[in-house]
Amino acid sequence: MFSSRLRAAAWKAAAVVGYAVQYGCIAHCTLEYAADFIVCSGPSMEPTIHTQDILITEKFSVMLKTVDVGDVVIARSPTNPNIFICKRVAGMEGDKVCLNPGSFIKKYRWVPRGHVWLVGDNMANSSDSRVYGAVPYALLRSKVVFKVWPPGDSGSLRGPPQEMLQVLRTLKDTGGSGAR
Amino acid sequence: MQAARRYFKSFASGFVVAVPVTVTFLDYVGYVARVEGASMQPFLNPEDRSFNDVVLLNRWSVRNFKVNRGDVVSLASPRDPEQRIIKRVIALEGDTVRHTFKMPGTRTYKNRYVRVPSGHFWVEGDNFGHSLDSNFFGPVSVGLVHARASHILWPPQRWQRIEPSLPTDRRPLDQETIDHLEEQGAVTVPKT
Repeated sequence: MFSSRLRAAAWKAAAVVGYAVQYGCIAHCTLEYAADFIVCSGPSMEPTIHTQDILITEKFSVMLKTVDVGDVVIARSPTNPNIFICKRVAGMEGDKVCLNPGSFIKKYRWVPRGHVWLVGDNMANSSDSRVYGAVPYALLRSKVVFKVWPPGDSGSLRGPPQEMLQVLRTLKDTGGSGAR
Repeated sequence: MQAARRYFKSFASGFVVAVPVTVTFLDYVGYVARVEGASMQPFLNPEDRSFNDVVLLNRWSVRNFKVNRGDVVSLASPRDPEQRIIKRVIALEGDTVRHTFKMPGTRTYKNRYVRVPSGHFWVEGDNFGHSLDSNFFGPVSVGLVHARASHILWPPQRWQRIEPSLPTDRRPLDQETIDHLEEQGAVTVPKT
């Protein structure tokens, strides 16, 4: 009698494990290929995004190559593959970007094939493509579409700051994420 | 009609289970792929064969982006995000690499030696002269690595485990040589 009870319990446990695996895989596929929640830290995207802000990001734009200048994206850091960076796309492949818009003598760079130029909104306090060069497109993970926390500052993200409009001369004011 | 409805219901529920589980398996564990091109000859796709090698790509072993010198890896091409290339890891971050100027590319380094920046590595195809690799586009971000090729699965005569191994002329330089080159100013350190 014990062995049949044990067998029933074992089947039940197996079923629980089965469901856990199944839902775990569904969760993985959703977060990997559809949408994701991200918590950012660091000052490089102020005032658009502050530390501890919670964002919703989507993967479709990156996968379908509809990412464009002005979008805020999450990417793997080119200098450390285990961390992610959150920056705004300031140039796509083939664009000519300005490294130092504030200066008198401007320096320019062409964004190479298969790469993007990322710049943080807080241009004075951001380590980005101006430091580590153009970022390969394949490192991009997702595009930020919405801020859900804090509630006072939630909604679509602001457009790029005034300074950044000079990084790429044809950078459109509204960007891809909606303007405030 | 009842039987047909039951059939389609169980088909659909099987589908809903199978697709996420399979995709998760391919993402976390690995899969099988055919090698195209001649850039890794003679190790992969040797010329005397008429068909291409099939390799086992291990995703689990690169989940922390730890690769070794001599590994054969598949990575996203820095020039085309949709293309996967398969190359050998020659040098890791901090290493000094002798740069073979066979093609001038978007990055022509002034010196023959390059320091691989942090978070990057240097990859080359075994087939010198027929490979678009770090000699053309410079050090590559480790974040682009996709999988490590662990076995050749097909054709059966070539079944083998792929062990990390460096060509004799691509072994890492010893510290004395590196110090000497640095003194002469012969090592380019890219801005990153």
